[in-house]
Amino acid sequence: MTAVLFDNVSRHFGAVRAVDGVNLEIAEGEFFAMLGPSGSGKTTCLRLMAGFEQPTGGHIEIFGETAEGVPPYRRSVNTVFQDYALFPHLSILDNVAYGLMVKGVGREERRRAAEDALAMVKLPGYGSRRPGQLSGGQRQRVALARALVNKPKVLLLDEPLGALDLKLREQMQEELKILQKSLGITFVFVTHDQGEALSMADRIAVFNDGRIQQLGSPEEVYKQPKTRFVADFVGSSNVLPAKLCQRLGVTSSFASLRPEAIVLSAPGDGALSLSGTVSAHSFLGAVTRVVVDVDGSRISVATPASLVVPKVGSPVTISFAADELHPMEDA
Amino acid sequence: MTAVAEKLMLPEPRGPAGRLSDFFWKHPHVLLTVLLAPPLLWLGVVYIGSLFALLLQSFFSIDDFSGLINYEFTFATYRQLLSETNLDIILRTVSMAATVTVASALIAFPIAYYAARYAQGKWKVLFYLGVMLPLWSSYLVKIYAWKLILAKEGILTWLFEKLHLLWLLDAWLSLPVVGGNSLSVSYTGTFIVFVYVWMPFMILPIQAALERVPTNLIEASSDLGGTPAQTFRHVLFPLALPGIVAGSIFTFSLTLGDYIIPQIIGSSRLFIGQAVYAQQGTAGNIPLAAAFTVVPIVIMGAYLWMAKRMGAFDAL
Amino acid sequence: MRSDRLNRSPLGLKIAAAAGLAFMHVPILLIFLYAFTTEEKSYQFPPPGLTTQWLAVAWNRPDVWAALTLSVKVASIATTVALVLGTLCAAAVSQTRFFGRETISLLVILPIALPGIITGIALRSAFSMAEIPFSFWTIVLGHATFCIVVVYNNAVARFRRISGSLIEASMDLGADGFQTFRYIILPNIGTALLAGGMLAFALSFDEVIVTTFTAGQQSTLPIWMLEELIRPRQRPVTNVVAMIVVLVTFLPILGAYYLTRDGDQIAGAGK
Repeated sequence: MTAVLFDNVSRHFGAVRAVDGVNLEIAEGEFFAMLGPSGSGKTTCLRLMAGFEQPTGGHIEIFGETAEGVPPYRRSVNTVFQDYALFPHLSILDNVAYGLMVKGVGREERRRAAEDALAMVKLPGYGSRRPGQLSGGQRQRVALARALVNKPKVLLLDEPLGALDLKLREQMQEELKILQKSLGITFVFVTHDQGEALSMADRIAVFNDGRIQQLGSPEEVYKQPKTRFVADFVGSSNVLPAKLCQRLGVTSSFASLRPEAIVLSAPGDGALSLSGTVSAHSFLGAVTRVVVDVDGSRISVATPASLVVPKVGSPVTISFAADELHPMEDA
Repeated sequence: MTAVAEKLMLPEPRGPAGRLSDFFWKHPHVLLTVLLAPPLLWLGVVYIGSLFALLLQSFFSIDDFSGLINYEFTFATYRQLLSETNLDIILRTVSMAATVTVASALIAFPIAYYAARYAQGKWKVLFYLGVMLPLWSSYLVKIYAWKLILAKEGILTWLFEKLHLLWLLDAWLSLPVVGGNSLSVSYTGTFIVFVYVWMPFMILPIQAALERVPTNLIEASSDLGGTPAQTFRHVLFPLALPGIVAGSIFTFSLTLGDYIIPQIIGSSRLFIGQAVYAQQGTAGNIPLAAAFTVVPIVIMGAYLWMAKRMGAFDAL
Repeated sequence: MRSDRLNRSPLGLKIAAAAGLAFMHVPILLIFLYAFTTEEKSYQFPPPGLTTQWLAVAWNRPDVWAALTLSVKVASIATTVALVLGTLCAAAVSQTRFFGRETISLLVILPIALPGIITGIALRSAFSMAEIPFSFWTIVLGHATFCIVVVYNNAVARFRRISGSLIEASMDLGADGFQTFRYIILPNIGTALLAGGMLAFALSFDEVIVTTFTAGQQSTLPIWMLEELIRPRQRPVTNVVAMIVVLVTFLPILGAYYLTRDGDQIAGAGK
């Protein structure tokens, strides 16, 4: 069943088109990521799902029901906020039990449910503390428990890991994924971190300027960027200009080529090749990034660090399989 | 599966409160109107209405024979306002307000500077309360305290006597304009009490402005070879100026409109506030009283406009 | 931390600041001394002797009690009105963006920014034009008008500190507007309102200028004091009343300070 449906949805603030004709369909139980730079419209889409914003055009359905004009407090959709938005005057337990309290669930029942939810996010026994006494990572877990205790049909997460340090972030990514699979709840996740989106999501919508640039599985989005923006924003694909595309026999004006798909050697069977000079290289640990200048276009190549890297200024031939070259729509 | 289909959205708002909440959510402007209507009716209609009615009366005049108000549009009252005696009152009040403001700034600055730059932790709290308590203390009690101090038999005379400086006090009191029979019936007394009562209003805005000056600016100035005096003149003072101007709005405006202090401690010569009071009370000349109130309004209007241009409102 | 020596204040500044603070506090302390003087007819210093008899005399004065009762009644009702109106205004200004919020702020501040005599005389002439006789309620009306700003300033400062996502979070979790107000907004602005209310009470309790124009024949405690100031008749009783007024106004100021000390400061501009 379709969990969330956007049919040509727009949200304009005066002349600003925060969301401009977005179509998407999120399936029940899916882990869906909305990826894009700030101001690309991804957060506004999330707010439209939560009910904090109303569309200026188009139609939204949540589990087949019309969502326009339904206040946030009547939606079975819960949000984990970017700044967590824990109520500072309430204990952790009361924070988690808040949703049940306003729905009129009895004191004993909601206390039990809140404690279960805290245990689920690995914070058992923290109920009597105040939000101010917890670390950032712990607050994040409380925010998660506070949303999940309501058994939402859709859980919205607004850059929930943005404030955490790298190590904690990686750990939470793992936990969120496991949690989502075990609960079977639809997760809609907003992030500007492409690595996060690629590693966690079942499908990704890449946003720019209020529109979806590409919608697909992480692999599709990463390997076959449809537009130049996606190629730039997701991963670090090379964008070959029209001149090189022509030389390689591609009709479109731009094509993408991932650095890992290129080797620094003469072409094998069925492979394409270009020649240029090495203009820079940098050691990145497992790989070395070599920048090759081909007729003024800088193409970066990721080569295993174990290989010998040619000197800067030396001529070099780069080659790659033909199907690694993906034609793209215009810029 | 249960027979009843699980609905995602709650089908119906619960009770009248729920329905009302939905209504406000769908019509935020109605909610805004509901919130704003009572205070706007009170302030916008009752208060502003009264002010306008008062200003309107300044364009009426009083019939010299019957003492009744003549409800005809005229500038006669304003001509009366500009008579020599009245101009004298206005000038006296404005110069007093200006002097009080300057003196207040001079006394307030060191306190504000110390509190902003050097006071830490417990001392900061103590300073803050030390300013807030006198500021909020009863206005009349403060005046009363000075009546005790300035009385001929009071502490000040006693102090001068103990220091063998009575001749100095007498010499000061024998001066024209600022002198008088005793301090409590002289301009000097009025001035001291004005400064005492309104000066605390100067401290917090200056402190707020100074607290926004980064310490390294002062260090940079002395690092560049500025003497403390130069640092003060070229760095600290210009940056504190918006705070001083913000504070001066209070000292100036409050002095301008006060009628109780000069009545209790001062000579028999009138200030604007006293003139307004006398005109509306004993003289029963509401139009002239109204015209008199226009003077502080106009002066403060000009003052606020100037202060705004100097960025003083950010320091409030 | 930088060394204290580098940060030490110049001696001159220390003296000037201390002298300034002494200038602010010594006259108030004198009030306490004079409340116990044995001298009845003048303000003689040093007092010829000390006594506590005036406390008893003041205690037994019905006119002082009547004035005190009136002042407390007026201040209570004016504070209540100001709390309602000031909170409504602050809520409207903070929770929504609408055209004219600057105007609202100006309107609220005006009764205190203009000299009290203007507010007083404007209300007086409006009462007489509308043929409203002076009463308890005309005093309350005047006081509530200038008390709104104190509540408003405190409430606006606190509203600004409640992040918008807190309210959204509450609605997201299923609380409607009223529930959000009751469970989230009210607990978070409660202490600010209490502080604002205390300051409004202190302001009203002490007000004299507007009151002289709106009171008619009744006398509040400040009016009683003003008459004593103009025509001293019972200096010892006035001394005691002055001391009590100082003590009574200190309490709400200290209370308001402790309620708001973390974060926003009490609006000192509110007088």
